[in-house]
Amino acid sequence: MKKLINSPENVVKDALDGMAAAHPDLIKVSYDPDYIVRADGPISGKVGVISGGGSGHEPMHGGFVGRGMLDAACPGAVFTSPVPDQMLAATKAVNGGAGVLHIVKNYTGDVMNFEMAAELGAAEGIEVASVVTNDDVAVQDSLYTAGRRGVGVTVLLEKIVGAAAEAKAPLAEVKRIAEKVNAHGRSMGMALTSCTVPHAGKPTFELPEDEMEIGVGIHGEPGRRRVKIASAAEIAEMLTTPILEDLPFSPGDNVLAFVNGMGGTPQIELYLMYNELVKILNGRGITVARNLIGSYITSLEMAGCSITLVKLDDELTGLWDAPVLTPALRWGL
Amino acid sequence: MNITAEHVIKFVERVAATVKEQRDYLTDLDSAIGDADHGANLDRGFSAVLTKLPTVADKDIGSILKTVGTTLVSTVGGASGPLYGTAYLRAGMVMGDRFEMSADDLVAALEAALEGIIARGKAQRGEKTMVDAIGPGIDALKAARAAGEELLPALRQAVAATEVGMLATTPMLATKGRASYLGDRSIGHQDPGATSAFLMAKAMLAVIEEP
Repeated sequence: MKKLINSPENVVKDALDGMAAAHPDLIKVSYDPDYIVRADGPISGKVGVISGGGSGHEPMHGGFVGRGMLDAACPGAVFTSPVPDQMLAATKAVNGGAGVLHIVKNYTGDVMNFEMAAELGAAEGIEVASVVTNDDVAVQDSLYTAGRRGVGVTVLLEKIVGAAAEAKAPLAEVKRIAEKVNAHGRSMGMALTSCTVPHAGKPTFELPEDEMEIGVGIHGEPGRRRVKIASAAEIAEMLTTPILEDLPFSPGDNVLAFVNGMGGTPQIELYLMYNELVKILNGRGITVARNLIGSYITSLEMAGCSITLVKLDDELTGLWDAPVLTPALRWGL
Repeated sequence: MNITAEHVIKFVERVAATVKEQRDYLTDLDSAIGDADHGANLDRGFSAVLTKLPTVADKDIGSILKTVGTTLVSTVGGASGPLYGTAYLRAGMVMGDRFEMSADDLVAALEAALEGIIARGKAQRGEKTMVDAIGPGIDALKAARAAGEELLPALRQAVAATEVGMLATTPMLATKGRASYLGDRSIGHQDPGATSAFLMAKAMLAVIEEP
């Protein structure tokens, strides 16, 4: 294992120290329990928006703390959900009297730990609502699985919902918008290489030189199938078709198109993939009204990408365009 | 014979040592069908438990188990943190301020623990989870007690049934937890949660067997 670390045990803490040192104007970091809050919070009368999850997906979620997005993020160990103490402490820290929304990705551990934190928060008199993202079409949503995984939509949802909360929308309204983004969004990812969890020390899975994993999760979990490597145009088709068929997206739809890097893929390939995506969507009469291209929800050093599409209407478009100022996303300010 | 608070302390210490020893094994099992963190997470949790243990060394069984539970919830994360944390908490609630427990108390504590796991994880038997190891273990313990067996032989039968339950997860299709994303590809791998549950059962027996 070759990594820029001091020791596997201290990866998360050392990285949090780095974030605190880099962005004192935007965020503050608390330790034991670990969480990141916006520097200018809590804001009276504003719904606090919190997310969290295992580390290793940076910049998600800590990089999205700031004006117009998250009020707090709770980082767990690498690929391990945070513990209830963290979400409870963050919930109390961001509570401005208007309640707190928890944004949870649909993984068994995340759901359980957030659930316990929400129960503890409610016991302390804080109104807590939750939304669970589950946009990964690679997983069958059936009685026979833990349900679809929360992936790329989480990033877009945090931006859109953060804008609504910034505009002082009440908790029920913020939750409604969160559920709407999740309901209108679908994603699928693929991997060219594995990733190595620092405390495991070796690659999570083996992928032969000429193969790729289609439908991979953001923790190196296997996806739908393993196939021979193909051209970018073919890969874009393999990812986009299941997304379009699932919602379904229809001719005339406006979408927010998000091409995400898994951590080890250069921006040049992401733009190349975006170009293929636009060709597919144009061919089906779907308009890309907004886009986001870059590595925002990653899986350590995994090479690969994911595509996320969210169907836009005026409400969601307006919230997407609203100003945001965080370590990883910033515009309009 | 009864189980004393001292036994419970020794049991927790033994689980902590076993988890440290088997950390890479548990993580390897988890790499195959999960997210490669089960061993590391439990080791982190039980290491934290060890540092808290001196504060309850002379306390009742309920206090010891509840301290283990809250510490696991606060330090493990993942799915196993809330699940094992809830299990130890519920068992501790059943034991309350007692310093000794009979074989039937053990049955009651384990049943409460399993109910807690099922309530939190919403898993049933046959879904390739820790429930598939713990459930048969409790069944065997109850059956042995009903047949008039003393604590030690009853516990031996329970641990054997836990092992059988653990091994039986290998051919199962996972329908709960992260392994369920694999669909058919989860078949052929032993469940890491069932494995850690078996290791805990084995630790319990070892402590009672000690002269």
